[in-house]
Amino acid sequence: MNDALEQLLQACETMRTGRPLGIPPGRKVADPALRAGQPLLDSPPAPAVLPAWEPLPPVPQCETSTEHEHMPAARLPDRWRLDAGHAEPYSETGLPDELAAVDLYKNYRKGPVDVPVLHGLSLAVHHNEFLAIEGQSGSGKSTLLHLLGTLDLPDQGEIYFQGERIDHLSAARRDRLRNRRFGMIFQFYHLLPELTTLENVLAPLMIRHGIGAYLARRRQCRQAAAELLDLVGLGHRLKHLPRELSGGEMQRAAIARSLIAQPDLLLADEPTGNLDQDTGREIIQILRTLNERRGLTIVMVTHDQALAGRADRVVRLEGGRIA
Amino acid sequence: MYKLLLCLRYLRTRWIALASIVSVMLGVATMIVVNSVMAGFTSQMQDRIRGILSDLILESRSMEGMPDADAHMERIQQAVGDSIEGMTPAVVVPAVLSFQYGSSWITRQVQLIGIDEQTQGNVSDFCRYLQHPENRRQMSFVLREDGYDEEDHQAEKETPPRTQMKEAGWPRRRMVAGQQAFERQMFRKRDPQAGAPPTGDPQAGAPAGAKSARGPEDPFAQYNRQSDQACQFDPAKEQYPGAVLGIAMASYRTPQGEDRFLALPGDDVKLTFPTAGMPPKGVSDSFTVVDFYESKMSEFDASYVFVPIRRLQELRGMIDPATGIGSVNSIEIKLKPGADAVAVRDKLREVFSPELYCVSTWRDKQGALLMAVQTETAILNVLLFLIIAVAGFGILAIFYMIVVEKTRDIGILKSLGASGRGVLGIFLAYGLSLGLVGSGAGMALGLLLVHYINPIADGLGWLTGHPLFNPEVYYFFRIPTIVIPQTVAWIVAGALAIAVLASVLPARRAAGLHPVEALRYE
Repeated sequence: MNDALEQLLQACETMRTGRPLGIPPGRKVADPALRAGQPLLDSPPAPAVLPAWEPLPPVPQCETSTEHEHMPAARLPDRWRLDAGHAEPYSETGLPDELAAVDLYKNYRKGPVDVPVLHGLSLAVHHNEFLAIEGQSGSGKSTLLHLLGTLDLPDQGEIYFQGERIDHLSAARRDRLRNRRFGMIFQFYHLLPELTTLENVLAPLMIRHGIGAYLARRRQCRQAAAELLDLVGLGHRLKHLPRELSGGEMQRAAIARSLIAQPDLLLADEPTGNLDQDTGREIIQILRTLNERRGLTIVMVTHDQALAGRADRVVRLEGGRIA
Repeated sequence: MYKLLLCLRYLRTRWIALASIVSVMLGVATMIVVNSVMAGFTSQMQDRIRGILSDLILESRSMEGMPDADAHMERIQQAVGDSIEGMTPAVVVPAVLSFQYGSSWITRQVQLIGIDEQTQGNVSDFCRYLQHPENRRQMSFVLREDGYDEEDHQAEKETPPRTQMKEAGWPRRRMVAGQQAFERQMFRKRDPQAGAPPTGDPQAGAPAGAKSARGPEDPFAQYNRQSDQACQFDPAKEQYPGAVLGIAMASYRTPQGEDRFLALPGDDVKLTFPTAGMPPKGVSDSFTVVDFYESKMSEFDASYVFVPIRRLQELRGMIDPATGIGSVNSIEIKLKPGADAVAVRDKLREVFSPELYCVSTWRDKQGALLMAVQTETAILNVLLFLIIAVAGFGILAIFYMIVVEKTRDIGILKSLGASGRGVLGIFLAYGLSLGLVGSGAGMALGLLLVHYINPIADGLGWLTGHPLFNPEVYYFFRIPTIVIPQTVAWIVAGALAIAVLASVLPARRAAGLHPVEALRYE
């Protein structure tokens, strides 16, 4: 496992700097995959020569990608910054956070009665932050994560991603968002049982591209997926079906899948809930590394306080709102 | 891309779904077989009927017929001469055929047709169905010496030889005559005072004894035997007017497919038919079988007897004693290739008054039969298509189960950004590919069955002990089949459409699943 971590660290360094460790800055990288010349993924717009992983901007600044340039901060609702009860200290910079939930309400209908799950919840997640949301079973952690990931819609309230409101988007745009900007991992891994590990990792890209477009860049996609699986230590498991993997391996494959689309945000729903302690720690370590080296914003829900302690910040969910 | 991948993967891993399309496969295979066999039957039958009947036939409504065939043919020539290739007059009357087999007389109800041996071959394929090679070239009512076919010359596969045909012709006639002469002598020695004949045979006066040992005897025979025999008809050297019998009349087929004959060319038969006068009286006369007519249409083979038209006209009193011109009651017409039979028929109907004449095409004559086969095919198709539709509901049910089973996967796909339409596409494509597999396999199976239908029918017959396809009924040794590619394409397309339609409902359900609920599904 240490080897794998070492590899991961090295790979992250590669991602960050655009060249593998040990290669002096002046030398050109002679990896054909890196010189392929074709942008691997549609979004965000990439330079002509793109490494398998695009190095992130070093400073956690507000993203100014074309998608939300038209959405100036001035148009954000006032209460998002002014309401002291909800606003987090980090938003004092005046910049929009990576992800923000404002006054969310969500009920589930069980027969004739409405069961309230979220009750005026507000939350802000900063760019490059590893946030853990802790709470009892049934406190609404997963519901919150589904709302943040646009899998479900709040009854009331607003959700902003990189300054843009996302909870009232059309279904097609939400699908696109999930496919290109969000990565998700789940307690039960949720790999597709009919597909091999490699194909599972490729699934988001296959969903993104049509048959022709996918086949045109098939080699690059497969190489990117194989590299990612290598990063999480599953390089030798490419052709295996999920049922042939252990729980930890499945979760690592799920992480690779969530990263293939180069997301801005990773949503993790009790990623260690189904794993033993050691394996759970490994998974958290991977997430930790990704957060630190890749600059990935992570929102993780868990009921395990010890694991939550590894995050940058822990918030507690109680009574349908942040305690 | 994921749609294709998942659809193929599901196809490979969900065997139960493949089980559901077995019914589609069987339905498609059965439809192909039924349609091919029916098309084969129809085409065979049309060919046969086409060959037996002339293109057009002009019939007089009265049994006395129309006087002077030549004048009528002249009028036809004037009316529609440019589309006519040949014509021949014919006299058609109902009759009774009797012949002796062993000691008993066999009687059959027949359609007696007087034909002109010279021109009959011009209007239909009549000659093609005869058993003597010479007769097939140019038909003649004179008994051939020998050389009748021992093999069925029309058979499409090897058939048991007709060994009895070896002796057909003059050898047969001489042998029978010798036998009868011998028996007659024995009979006279034993019982010189022989009384009335045991069988009623009013016509047997002149050729008495030639036919049967027990035929009517001349009570004075013993006194003037010498002179009597000198002026008598000698069956060993002479023949009566020739007759061509439908082959089924004087033969039967064993379950092994071998033909046994009750009479052979060279034997004498008696025909009884009505005269042309009013009221019609029955007349009988002897004829010698000169050949068999085998059209392979059992209906015709069991009822047609052909005799020389002149002899029939004489016997029926159809010849005007003053002019010597005979009447006929039908004129068969062959049209030039490409001529429109219906148009010519309609023109002739204008020329010949419908109160006295009936003009019909060969299709009109056998329309009911062809129509029946067509109706039968249509009904079978509807029924079989309903079977495929039933299979469609099987697909629906199994698809629904698969969607339920795959609920979580659908949730996963949606969480990865797949759209509802994409998920719908997976299951529609799955339905389509199942349909493709099912109808493809069905098509292959159906074509295979059609190709090997005869060995299969034989095998099944051997297994069950009952021949599936009885050659006695159809006079075909093989089941005729024709594969029409268009029909096959329609069947396959129909099965595909049903498979896709059956997957629409489950696919819509899959597309409408809420991602969160789908992810929670256990």
